[in-house]
Amino acid sequence: MSGNPDSTPLVRLPSRLRGIRWRGAVSVIAFFALWHFAVIVEFSGFAELPTPIQTLTAFFADYIANPDYWSSWVVSFERVFYGFIIAQILGIPLGLLFGTSPKFRDLFFPVFELLRPIPPLAWVPISILFWPTNESSIVFITFVGAFFVIVINIYDGVGSIKNEHIWLARSLGASRMSIFRRIMLPSVIPSIAVGMTLGIAITWNVVIAAEMIASDSGLGRMTWEGYVSSTPEVVLIGMISIGLAGYLSSLIVDWVERRMMPWTETG
Amino acid sequence: MSNTATDINQTTEQTGVGHLSVQHVGKVYDPGGANVVALDDCSLEIPAGEFIAVVGPSGCGKSTLLNIMAGFDSLTSGSVLLDDEPLATLNGSLQPGPDRVVVFQNGALFPWKTVLQNVVYGLLVQKQMSEQAANEKGMDLLARTGNLDRIAHSYPGQLSSGMQRRVEILRALINNPKILLLDEPFRAMDTVSKTTMHRHLLDIYDQYHKTVFFITHDLDEAIFLADTVVVMTTRPGTIKLRLDVDLPRPRTRETVLSERFLELKQQAVSAVHEEAKKAFERGERELA
Amino acid sequence: MWVGYFVTIFAWYACVKWLPVSAFQRLPDPLTVVIEWFNPDPDYGLSFFTRDYYLHIWYSTYRATTSFVLAVVLGVPLGILMGWRVKVNEYASALLSILRPIPPLAWVPVAILIFPGSEPAVIFVTFLVAFFATTMNTLLGVKSIDSDYFRAAECLGAKPGDILRDVIIPGALPSIFTGLQIAMGAAWFSLVAGEMIAAQYGLGFMILESYNLVQYPTIVIMMVTLGIVGYASSAVIRLVGNRLMRWRAQSIGLAAA
Repeated sequence: MSGNPDSTPLVRLPSRLRGIRWRGAVSVIAFFALWHFAVIVEFSGFAELPTPIQTLTAFFADYIANPDYWSSWVVSFERVFYGFIIAQILGIPLGLLFGTSPKFRDLFFPVFELLRPIPPLAWVPISILFWPTNESSIVFITFVGAFFVIVINIYDGVGSIKNEHIWLARSLGASRMSIFRRIMLPSVIPSIAVGMTLGIAITWNVVIAAEMIASDSGLGRMTWEGYVSSTPEVVLIGMISIGLAGYLSSLIVDWVERRMMPWTETG
Repeated sequence: MSNTATDINQTTEQTGVGHLSVQHVGKVYDPGGANVVALDDCSLEIPAGEFIAVVGPSGCGKSTLLNIMAGFDSLTSGSVLLDDEPLATLNGSLQPGPDRVVVFQNGALFPWKTVLQNVVYGLLVQKQMSEQAANEKGMDLLARTGNLDRIAHSYPGQLSSGMQRRVEILRALINNPKILLLDEPFRAMDTVSKTTMHRHLLDIYDQYHKTVFFITHDLDEAIFLADTVVVMTTRPGTIKLRLDVDLPRPRTRETVLSERFLELKQQAVSAVHEEAKKAFERGERELA
Repeated sequence: MWVGYFVTIFAWYACVKWLPVSAFQRLPDPLTVVIEWFNPDPDYGLSFFTRDYYLHIWYSTYRATTSFVLAVVLGVPLGILMGWRVKVNEYASALLSILRPIPPLAWVPVAILIFPGSEPAVIFVTFLVAFFATTMNTLLGVKSIDSDYFRAAECLGAKPGDILRDVIIPGALPSIFTGLQIAMGAAWFSLVAGEMIAAQYGLGFMILESYNLVQYPTIVIMMVTLGIVGYASSAVIRLVGNRLMRWRAQSIGLAAA
């Protein structure tokens, strides 16, 4: 019994075929079994919930074929998408600005840092006041969520660019613009990637909550309405759908990142 | 309670302890799959108190051999005996222990403990003595070895790598091990620091005469420090050449310039070069 | 630095008061906010001088702290075990990777159903966020410890208990504390949402409530308060971490010298 942690790789290559991972399966099955059991036994609040099987049947019966359900998906995805993209469009330049211009950083970074700890959802009322449509106010909140993460990551990324690269370029006679375009931008691509991965998770969280609080459409709204109308299957189906949607988004982001950084592909 | 641990002040000649016998040791990784033969029929006799240096091209298995001796890895054939007691056999290996302490390539002093805490760590964790007694013993050893007691309360991060290595050697030594295993300990150091470290290591060896198993890729270092230099072949690793280094002790700066040193070096260089070429060519072929 | 603040606040004021864009004109302006905040008898009932202000801060802080402590107490040991023993990792990671993509706030309705009352539900959801962050970072921390340290400890005679105490915990501590800061931030994020959706009292609740009651300056007061409290809690964690990891500060200090 050695004290050394066994050297399992932290990142599992998806293509690598592994033996049946029965331990993982055991926990997952145990989880669902416990859930089922708790409902049957009517353990405190579980009395209100459907069992895993009931949830599944309800999903296949009423939801898979229901266009309203899928339009909720589309609506939520749209919000995530717009907020996320706008956050990139505004965030990357700002991060670059912070990273490359000491004057700008000294002036405005403190303001940025002051606003950063404010949770995105705290912006909801201001956003509703400010933006003309409900939709735009939700997209704004989504934007806020991803924006700060992206800026910080870019800023960090600029800071970690190897000085040697820049000095080399200068000694070879490159102009500032050239250095910016050909060294800095490519060097911050990994930070953009990290910002994207973190940002997408936050964005989903924010969208769901914003929908629950202040909207009439989308997966978050659907889940909340399930609660309000005392149809708990909807709540669970909503939750699972959101989880799936979030997972799907992170897969998409992963794919984009791999395209952005082909050199990280290992053979 | 300490069992057979003799006092560190008794030299190995007095105790005769630390005779290592490597018998036909082989190590195969992933026998059912890639079948990488790291070691193939290595045999080596290391008498008690001898300083033995192992050189060879990268990937020749020197570290694998050390890991097997230390107990970090198991062998797939052969056996290793320490003072005629089995250390590693097909039936299993002994767990790593204070009778064969290792000094690591990149240094493994605990950064979160002070120098003194590091040095006495083995004593405390084996519950050999009270903390106070251990600290006294630690300070004593530090003081005796180049007045290192003045850094007793510094953290490793505040020290140069040379100092760190010295402390690490002391951390190993204080446990009165039967053998000292050093895995390219000075590899990452510049030439000047290295020369200083050689001096320190030889001082310790001259004083305590432990059996030392020293891995390096630096031939000069190997011949300068050791009684025996062993050259290993490239993968699968086996013993290619065994050189008796009959240079007088204590070794001095002049030793490196003596004729005998150069003769020995010539023998070693041609052997190593041959193996290095093979390894290099194989590397190219593996990529092609 | 102050220039930046000043410029921003001035721009805010200018936009609200002078820009003929109705969107901006609906917003509260900085002057009104400040006056209200420091008003011993505020128009809308909340300022530095009112008891209710501190009541809301207390509620939010209490919830955040409880969830956070729970997350640490459960998450750190789990993370350590997962990093140390492959078997534990195998049991746990499948389940965690299924649960993790679900945005914590999606749990709110389910939590309200399961738990008796909205208070435990909000704390649960906040706990969940902090828990995942803590566990993952602890796991990462343990995995990132150089295996030479383990080997060194072993050959010096350390038993697994010693290794846990002398290698794993100190080695993983930097990552753990990074995780704790992230967890704290995530907890506040989640808490505010939870409070908006399903609670009485608290900063998040108050923000939404002020909107509903058309008390707009209060919104900003609460937002800024949130920012300050959130920042302070992260700072506390950072300070505790620095104290526990004094050896790092000293090493870094030397490198910079």
